[in-house]
Amino acid sequence: MSDIQNFNSYDPFADVGNSIDSASQQEYIHIRIQQRNGRKTLTTIQGLPASFDKKRMLKIFKKDFACNGTLVEDEELGSVIQLQGDQRTKVMSLLVEEGGVDKKQIKIHGF
Amino acid sequence: MAEIEEKLQNMEINEEEVDLSEFDPSLKKKKKKSKKTEEAPVEESAEVAQEAAPAADDADIDPMAMFGEKKKKKKKVKVEDDASAAAPAEGGEEGATGDVGESFDFGDMKKKKKKAKKVDFSAFEDGLDQEGEEGGARDPDDIFAAEDEEGAAGRSGAGKAGGADAEESWVGTNRDYTYTELLSRVFKILRQNNPELAGEKKRYTIVPPSVMRDGNKKTVFANVADICKRMHRQPEHVIQFLFAELGTSGSIDGSQRLVIKGRFQQKQIEAVLRRYIVEYVTCKTCKSPDTILTKENRLFFLQCEACGSTRSVSAIKSGFQAQTGKRAAQRA
Repeated sequence: MSDIQNFNSYDPFADVGNSIDSASQQEYIHIRIQQRNGRKTLTTIQGLPASFDKKRMLKIFKKDFACNGTLVEDEELGSVIQLQGDQRTKVMSLLVEEGGVDKKQIKIHGF
Repeated sequence: MAEIEEKLQNMEINEEEVDLSEFDPSLKKKKKKSKKTEEAPVEESAEVAQEAAPAADDADIDPMAMFGEKKKKKKKVKVEDDASAAAPAEGGEEGATGDVGESFDFGDMKKKKKKAKKVDFSAFEDGLDQEGEEGGARDPDDIFAAEDEEGAAGRSGAGKAGGADAEESWVGTNRDYTYTELLSRVFKILRQNNPELAGEKKRYTIVPPSVMRDGNKKTVFANVADICKRMHRQPEHVIQFLFAELGTSGSIDGSQRLVIKGRFQQKQIEAVLRRYIVEYVTCKTCKSPDTILTKENRLFFLQCEACGSTRSVSAIKSGFQAQTGKRAAQRA
């Protein structure tokens, strides 16, 4: 019976509320790049979910990408991971593969 | 005898498979390439297509003869496919509108990047010509490209004509029609009944951003105003997006050029612009770039002029800005 869509007990007019799903859909992980002097660049990862241990992530990032990095606390945006060099695609693939983050949740900025 | 019939059937299936694989938007790329390289073969193939159809007829009547010719015929069929591929190619281009990235000329440019730089520039200029406007002086290369385009149009027309000849060829005979024939028939009828559907699609094009270095650390983006005008967007909005995405700052100089801090190449700016177009210019529903951006109590709304749909777009946020440069300078 439940195969028939009309029989589902789902009320389309009910208030959406802030279910966890829609909230997490809205929260993007922003991966940005910033130019420094010369050929040097900086990658920032902003908006990581609170459930992630950023300190450990930073450690893994640093080791995997062979770069230095730091954890910066921002008043509005929370803690942001900073990495040296352009690590955007690498961060993305690592987050998707190891972190179980949905690809749609990640936004890569920059050129 | 049964064996032969089986083979015949197999062959028809093969034909279909070939067609199916060719009838997809990625064909566009193929067509573009052939446009530049092959001049004569296509004309030939149109002729061969005409020949191939009667050959197929013969085959039906006299299986033994066909058996003898089998190898040859197979080749011919392949060529015929190529010729008729020119017709669906246009459909493919229309279908490509679905893909936002493809429908801009930028998309083409990216694909062609591997070739000479001149060529992709001319592709851009080509798009301009279609819009009826001209951007700057044209070099002989451009004209050449334009001629190519015309030649291709003529040729695809020739291919169509060949297809049309072959198309009704099953009428008198008792053989089955093939996929190719039916396909060309559909396209012919479509073209006859609603020419606006099959007509040349007006493509949304934008001039390539002219980007040059200003000194060692600054980049000048000269034709922002022009690009903004083409997109029907406020320059402020576009510039805000550019700065947010590139993570820099800059200013507009006296002659309406944008000076960006940092070194950027044309393709980098182009990539960002493309993203801007996807995000803030094209209608998500109908892919039309004909939209207006309005602000209603602090929220931006994108209204499509073509289909009338409205959607909200996110405001531009620059996000986290890491500190670069000297801390002492920051404090001062």
